[in-house]
Amino acid sequence: MSSVEASPAGSTIAVRKTALNAVHRQMGAKMVDFNGWDMPVEYPASIGGGIINEHLAVRTGVGIFDVSHMGDIRLAGPQALAAVQHISMNDASRLEVGQAQYSALLYPQGTFVDDVIVHRLDENEYLLVINAGTREKDFNWVRDNTRQFDCAAENLSDDFTQIAIQGPKGVAVLQKLTDADLSAVKVYWVTRGSVCGLGNILIARTGYTAEDGFEIYVSAEEATSARVWNEILKAGKEFGIVPCGLGARNTLRLEGKLSLYGHEISDTVNVWEAGLARFCKMEKAEFVGRDALEKAKAEGVTRTLVGLEMVDRGIARDGYKVFDGGGREIGYVTSGSPAPFLKKNIALAYVPPEFAAIGTGVRVEIRGQGVGAQVVPTPFYKRAKKTA
Amino acid sequence: MAYPTDRKYTKEHEWIQPSGTKATIGITDHAQDSLGDIVFVELPKVGAELAAGKTFGTVESVKAVSDLFAPASGTVTETNPDLATSPEKVNKDPHGSWMVKITLKNAGELDGLLSAADYEKFVAEEAGH
Repeated sequence: MSSVEASPAGSTIAVRKTALNAVHRQMGAKMVDFNGWDMPVEYPASIGGGIINEHLAVRTGVGIFDVSHMGDIRLAGPQALAAVQHISMNDASRLEVGQAQYSALLYPQGTFVDDVIVHRLDENEYLLVINAGTREKDFNWVRDNTRQFDCAAENLSDDFTQIAIQGPKGVAVLQKLTDADLSAVKVYWVTRGSVCGLGNILIARTGYTAEDGFEIYVSAEEATSARVWNEILKAGKEFGIVPCGLGARNTLRLEGKLSLYGHEISDTVNVWEAGLARFCKMEKAEFVGRDALEKAKAEGVTRTLVGLEMVDRGIARDGYKVFDGGGREIGYVTSGSPAPFLKKNIALAYVPPEFAAIGTGVRVEIRGQGVGAQVVPTPFYKRAKKTA
Repeated sequence: MAYPTDRKYTKEHEWIQPSGTKATIGITDHAQDSLGDIVFVELPKVGAELAAGKTFGTVESVKAVSDLFAPASGTVTETNPDLATSPEKVNKDPHGSWMVKITLKNAGELDGLLSAADYEKFVAEEAGH
């Protein structure tokens, strides 16, 4: 048996570790190299782990993730808003203090440097949360593209241990550990409060699981990080909390059709192709990539991101080719996996727009065989909106 | 988990349990553990010829795709019908959830495979890297 990881791993010259690395190893997590980071992919079944269990815990209860490999860039100064507006495609002028938005940094060609969450922390202070594999590239790009503004770009990536508490029971778990009133924090808003006795902790109602949840930013000091992680696990015990690795993080985000850099979005894919138009505010007078996007919009796209569900027996994986019924190659899978909650084999793929209609039959090449799949509505999974 | 001594093992993490001129093939506990939750097993049809060291099927977990390598040459006489609907049985009982049964072409091929003790040592060394 020889194993090929479905997700490509980066090279291992100097593997980077989060402050919780020893904790993960102590818990018996299976570790993998993710973009140069030594990260847990899943925890042992003996403590409720395994990708499927971890995934289901987040959908029905609560799970915690170490996402400290994510990067953080702070932009602060009198012209911070102008700088953010210049480098990101969403409209940051709509953000109130304490509010956050999904956005992206673009190249002049309208393709992706990275996707980001922009938090407005104060009148003239913004925090950009960026991907692990693109930390240095992103920071250099942000610094270079904000020089003309009266504002400072600071790389805070190594300052924080970022822990995500995700799932419908996440709010109950975190509320036990903080003095902040979490019921008052709306989705994509942030607050500050004490967490596990640490003062002034940033608490954001954000995540990457298509589920309700929070992300907290505590000191990257090892003992503090370990204490907070363990206190969350302890507080979550009555709710059946499960530590979750990158495996479940990937299947959760895929069910929710959340883009992953290097898969759905990259420096060769533009905003229209990726289906992220609703986060791109062309009414903004100017931002990097806007001109190219205007031109691209007029020309129309030659490929578009669709959701596929396997009809025949087989699992589509990242990079597999997509064919039409006549055997002509029409595109490729960007992410594909079994979906543990939906109990289906799903995938995201780029295909020409004429194949994007719901119900269109295509074939995914799996080990030389064309296996039947069809275009389905996305997101594959959408959590029920709370009525209360 | 202790590796049963009634069979031989490959460095690709398959086991083969001989019985006269026939043999049963599966994957090891170490294999299922490194794969994680197994969700798909693809096996050859009855009558298919296996060649020692060549791939004969596929096992997929949520995150990974793995080839199965034949520990010995032979003709498939039976495939485990449970694995089409309950592939997770391989996680629960890897040394009981067999994949295929074959008629051995040359029982002598098994002499070159690892004993349970040698396999265990091999796995421990691999983990040390």
